Amino acid sequence: MSAREFTCVVCPNGCSIVVEVDDDETPVVAKVRGNVCKRGEEWARQEVENPLRTIASSVSVSGGDFPLASVRTTRPIPLGKIRDVMETIRQVTLAAPVEIGDVVLVSPAGCDTEVIATRGVGSASRDVRRAAKAKGGMKE
Amino acid sequence: MNGRERIPAEHRSVVVVGGGPAGLAAAIAAKEHGCDDVLLVERDHILGGILNQCIHDGFGLHTFKEALSGPEYADRFIRKLRGLHIETAEGTIVLSLSPDRVLEVSTRGALRRIEADAVVLAMGCRERTRGAISIPGRRPSGVYTAGAAQNFMNLENIMVGRNVAILGSGDIGLIMARRMTLEGARVEAVFEILPYSSGLPRNIQQCLNDYNIPLFLNTTVTEILGAGRLEGIKVAQVGSDRAPICDTERFVPCDTLLLSVGLIPENELTREAGVAIDPVTSGAVVDDRFMTSVPGIFSCGNVLHVHDLVDWVSVEAAQAGAFAAEYAGSGRRTAERTISVVPGAGVRYTLPQALSGDQACTLSLRVQEPWRDRSVVVTDNGREVARKRMMRLHPAEMIRLDIAVEALSGCSSLEVSVG
Repeated sequence: MSAREFTCVVCPNGCSIVVEVDDDETPVVAKVRGNVCKRGEEWARQEVENPLRTIASSVSVSGGDFPLASVRTTRPIPLGKIRDVMETIRQVTLAAPVEIGDVVLVSPAGCDTEVIATRGVGSASRDVRRAAKAKGGMKE
Repeated sequence: MNGRERIPAEHRSVVVVGGGPAGLAAAIAAKEHGCDDVLLVERDHILGGILNQCIHDGFGLHTFKEALSGPEYADRFIRKLRGLHIETAEGTIVLSLSPDRVLEVSTRGALRRIEADAVVLAMGCRERTRGAISIPGRRPSGVYTAGAAQNFMNLENIMVGRNVAILGSGDIGLIMARRMTLEGARVEAVFEILPYSSGLPRNIQQCLNDYNIPLFLNTTVTEILGAGRLEGIKVAQVGSDRAPICDTERFVPCDTLLLSVGLIPENELTREAGVAIDPVTSGAVVDDRFMTSVPGIFSCGNVLHVHDLVDWVSVEAAQAGAFAAEYAGSGRRTAERTISVVPGAGVRYTLPQALSGDQACTLSLRVQEPWRDRSVVVTDNGREVARKRMMRLHPAEMIRLDIAVEALSGCSSLEVSVG
């Protein structure tokens, strides 16, 4: 039996929750204390048994007015899968134009989530736009 | 005489300075409250401000009940702004602001003078640098503010280093610890001079604990070492006076040091206009309409005081924008300030610093140190006016406390304290 301490992040109360765990290898929650509400207990159990995280990164964009499009998972993924999902995201190059919400990956590394673009990238190349601006020809 | 006076002035009803989250919300609200002549000025070539580089999620939980990334959160407001046909001037910087609300504005190839009925200041913050906190040592490359590193990585696709130490446990530093780890860097540790973290608990858990990055409290950087590129830093524990304890000093090898040691509201224009500044917030002194000490000049967002969540920036800025529109549309009528508000025991600052007493208001405040299960108490000359019990009070988190208009009746001098 071991105890793990968490600061609950469900609401601003920020309860200090202590979770007593049967076995650290495949953790089984024996007891949760310190939480004020039921949501805190559920969150603490999840944190011990299978913590889930949303992750964000960026992918390269070719032919865009910006070199990168930021992306994120639409649903939280298991903490232990983050590195695999990051590796999958790293392989991606998008072609401009990119719209916010465009689906970049489906089920990366077998996770039940999509990866979507969170920034739009237009088609015009930056150099072209800069040249146009220098001539005063293009309005932003 | 600089000759600028000869440039003919244009007249505008409401001018918003800054196109980040505060400026966007203020401009939208001004238009929605009946002002048809709103101009938003932004010095970058795109709107959205610092949100553009904040690609992590967690924005908008209060406003949209979703965990959006920074660019998505900004996009919601930009779309609304465009839908309302609000005029924007990107790539444009305000050079000066006079007490009678004349702005000198530099845009590509032209200088403009704008006379505004009302001005909303929403310039945000910049980061404290190594110079601002005077870290001794050599001056190699590899020392960045956390936000500058975030900009390089998330907007320019430039990896700033491989072996990273972070000074300061502010949220941007924590977010960057995770971001750099996920991109393959090794983050040695985060060092915090205070006895507690200045970041949100969820960021401590999800950015440090998840990746086994240690956080050393009561610890600071005492020397920067390296010729050309950073080769390492010396760190030492500090005593209760925050002075380093010499025999605890140790060497930490790293090629990159990120500083997440606080934000400075960018109030140069504000000061130039003669606006009174609160020495604690380093932002303007405002009333419950977010008007500063100079009639017709309003302030909101991080340039007013540093917020913890962007959602509250948007809420506050929308009120400021609405009051700016009301002021411009009412022939510049100001409300009388009848009630003063000052921080009492345990409270670092409270805002607004003055109230009219003719409307409900929300006080924003921060406490001086962490407490559990205490109340924030508002008194008027010793008589209790409002009270909010809280499980957890933390200097890293802004507290908002609503006061009904009825409760303000007969009040003259409010004090906000931890009880």
